[in-house]
Formats: sequence, structure tokens, C-alpha cells
Amino acid sequence: MKKLIVAASCAIAMMAGSVQAREWNEIRIAFDVPYEPFEYKTPDGELTGFEVELAEAVCAELRAECEFVIQAWDGMIPGLLARKFDAIMSSMSITPERAEHVLFSEPYYNTPGGWFARDDFDVDVTDMEAMQGKTVGVQRGTTMDTYVTNEMSDVVTIKRYTTAEDMVLDLEGQRLDVVFVDYPVGEQTIMSREGFKETGEPVKLGEGVGVAMRPRDRDLAGKINAALNKLKNDGTYDAIMAKYFSYDIKM
Amino acid sequence: MPDFLADWLNQNDIFTATTVIHYWDGLVTTVQLVFMSLLLGLVLALPLAIMRTAKSPYISRPIWLYTYLFRGTPLLIQLYIIYYGIAQIEGIQDTLWWTIFREPFYPALLAFTLNTAAYTTEIIRGAIVATPNGEIEAAKAYGMNWALRMRRIVLPSAARRAVQAYSNEVIFMLHASAIASVVTIVDLTGAARNIYSRFYTPFDAFIAVAVLYMLLTFILVYVFRRLERHLLRHQRPLSH
Repeated sequence: MKKLIVAASCAIAMMAGSVQAREWNEIRIAFDVPYEPFEYKTPDGELTGFEVELAEAVCAELRAECEFVIQAWDGMIPGLLARKFDAIMSSMSITPERAEHVLFSEPYYNTPGGWFARDDFDVDVTDMEAMQGKTVGVQRGTTMDTYVTNEMSDVVTIKRYTTAEDMVLDLEGQRLDVVFVDYPVGEQTIMSREGFKETGEPVKLGEGVGVAMRPRDRDLAGKINAALNKLKNDGTYDAIMAKYFSYDIKM
Repeated sequence: MPDFLADWLNQNDIFTATTVIHYWDGLVTTVQLVFMSLLLGLVLALPLAIMRTAKSPYISRPIWLYTYLFRGTPLLIQLYIIYYGIAQIEGIQDTLWWTIFREPFYPALLAFTLNTAAYTTEIIRGAIVATPNGEIEAAKAYGMNWALRMRRIVLPSAARRAVQAYSNEVIFMLHASAIASVVTIVDLTGAARNIYSRFYTPFDAFIAVAVLYMLLTFILVYVFRRLERHLLRHQRPLSH
């Protein structure tokens, strides 16, 4: 009996050991689509975008098989912690609140937040007195949400949306005076329509966007950091960026 | 909020004074929204149910169509159509209506009222139709006209049959009101979603809100039990 227990515990210890030293030949990476031009589907259903191509380059660099998972933003961090996937590369900005739950890689890009409004809007968004009583739309849980909540919640009414589309509809329908949204998203979903304009200066927010992983997967973080560092220096990163952006987002 | 309570709360990670106030505001919004839509819905449903039982198809068919449309489509879709649809009407922003429909509360109230009125109409109509024929004949034999018959015989007896089904509708409405948060209303669910997206703690944020919904449901169940006992007191065995 005693031998059996010893043998069983040895077997368990070995299994645990093999789990610990995972080789990371297979990595599951989650994206929230559509978030143009970072991750979206082409008309024929293929997943593409800046972060998707960067993820492909990282996987090629690590010689790993990558599986791409589509996950809605609300369930991103819970899904990661529940092991539905191993990494998030879906424009997740590095924040102290998030860093309590996930392990971030070095940042790989940073975009500012931009103010967008209808053409007839002529208020300076940095002038708190002029902004008094205005209604501002943000996407719930974004760094733009945190910024407006911390800096302006006494001045303006804040409306929080799950998707950018719903927010743009309410801007068009005049329920919102101005929206504060990730700059490329605003460029894609708002500036592509008639009757809207960018207002004020883009605001640099946060510490940039990183790959989010489970805190225990330090070995994976090390590998991804090394791969990102190589791609940033050998021109691969710049080539992918040039395909999607006319401005610099490199970090 | 008293200072000692705020101090105690602020030692907590998530349930600080700020978030508790956020939940409280959400609770108030939910109760307002559900109570007002149920009240308006009931007021609408009573005449509609009577019209729905009318012999003339010119009166009953349009009501049938209305209840069919609103019971045949999800409340979420009705809310989307009313909230975003109204904003798309050309020139609505320049009319007085816009002062009402600019806020998300009133489109949601309208959608909820029309929805619950449709279900309540069918509940009351079913109860009216099930009135025993003998009661109506007896009323006629006493020489009561239609209006008097309705008021004294049909509706009181229908109310007794409808109250149990209606209590379910009230509880369903409370739970359905959670979808108000998709049109930027900060009701209980909206508050929970905001807190969740700030602290990334789905369990704490949503379990707290589930407990609050359960509390509201218990209160409703209690009120309806009292009402049932009152309406059905003639069925209780006599006490000695």
C-alpha cells in the first residue's frame, strides 16, 4: 500500500513537473473583433489586422502553432484566467488595475485618445467651464473611460457604451455632444462618415498596449518579450505598421 | 451616508462608498423604471383587455395584432427599435419630443410599458373569458346592464383569476428590466457592469447585484401573497 502511494505521488509530481515546464509549442491568442485596423475580418471571413499580423510574426519567431480565438471584450480577462486562451493581443492598454490580474509584456504600441463630434460642435474640450453640462460618450472599461471618469465626472454627463457602433449612432442622433475614443477607432468609424470632425488635440493615455498573459506564465512572457524586441528591431514591425497606419504608433 | 459607514466601506477593495452609492442609484433607477412601466401598462391593459373581448372584430382584431406583435418579438429588439429608431426620424431633434426622447429613460419606459401592457392584456382577457356563464346570466336576470355587469361581476371575478399570472408578469418585468443597461441607462445591471469593467471582478460585481434583484423579487412575492389572500379570502375555510 505504502509503495503504491509513493508511486502515485511520484507520478503526480512528474505530471505536475511536465505541466510546469510547458514548451509553448501551441499558443492560443484572443482578439475582440471588429476593432479596425487592429483586428477585423475581411469580407471573406479571414481574420486580419495589425495585431493579428504582429501575432503571426511573433508565432513564426517562436516557431509555435498559434490558434486565434475570438472573444468579446467584456469576457477577455475572465476568459484568460479561465484558461480559454493563453494570451490577449487585442489592444489591451496596460493599467495598474489590470496588472493586478494579468501579466503584461513590454508595450508594443500606443495610440492616443481622440475627441470627435458633429460638425456644428465648437467647444474647447479642455475648457472645463465650456464643457459644463455636455454629454460625453466613452466605451465602457477603456482607458478613455477611466480618464473622463477621473478628470471630468463632476463637469460632464458620461454615457458608457459596449460597442463603438452604438456610440456613433447616439452621436449622430444628437444624444451625445462629443465622444472620447481610441484614436484609430474614431478615425475608422466616425471620420469615415459625413458631418463629423475631430475636435481638440489627441490625448496620450496610459502606458501603451501589451500582450496580457496569466501571472504564472512568466516563461511565456519572457519568450514573447524577446520575440517582440527582435521584430521591432529587424524591420518586421515597421513593415506591418506601414500597411495599416499613416502615423507612428511604435513603442 | 454616515461617516463611520463610509470609513468602514473604504477599507474594502470594491465595495467602497463610491460603488455602494453607484449601486444605490442603479437600484433607484430600476425601481422607478419597473414600477412606472407596470403601472402604466396595467392602466393601458384594462381597457385593451375589455376591447379584446368585444364581439366586433373591428375592435378586437387591432388589439389582437398589437398583443401579437409585442409578445412575438424580444423586448431587447423593441427597445433597440424605439431607442435608436426615434433618433433616426428626420427632424425629431428640433421638436419638443426630443427633450423627452433624448434621455434613454423615456424610450426604455415606452418599450417596457408597451411590452408589459401586451402581456397583461392577454392575462386579463383570459380571465374575463373564463368568467362562468352562470354568473353573467344571473347578473342579466337581475337587470344589470353591460357596464354594471362588467364593474360588479366580471372584472372582480377576473381579477381573482388573473392575480397569480400577473404576479409572474411583474417578476418577469423586473428581471427583463436588466436589458435597460444596453441603452446607457445606469440601472442595477448597468451599475454592476460599470463596476465590473473598472475592477475586473465579475463575481463580486454581479453577485452583489443578483442579491439586490432577489431582494426586490422577495418584496414583490410578499406583496402579491398579501393581495391574493385579500382577493381570495372567500375561499379560506371559516375559522371557528
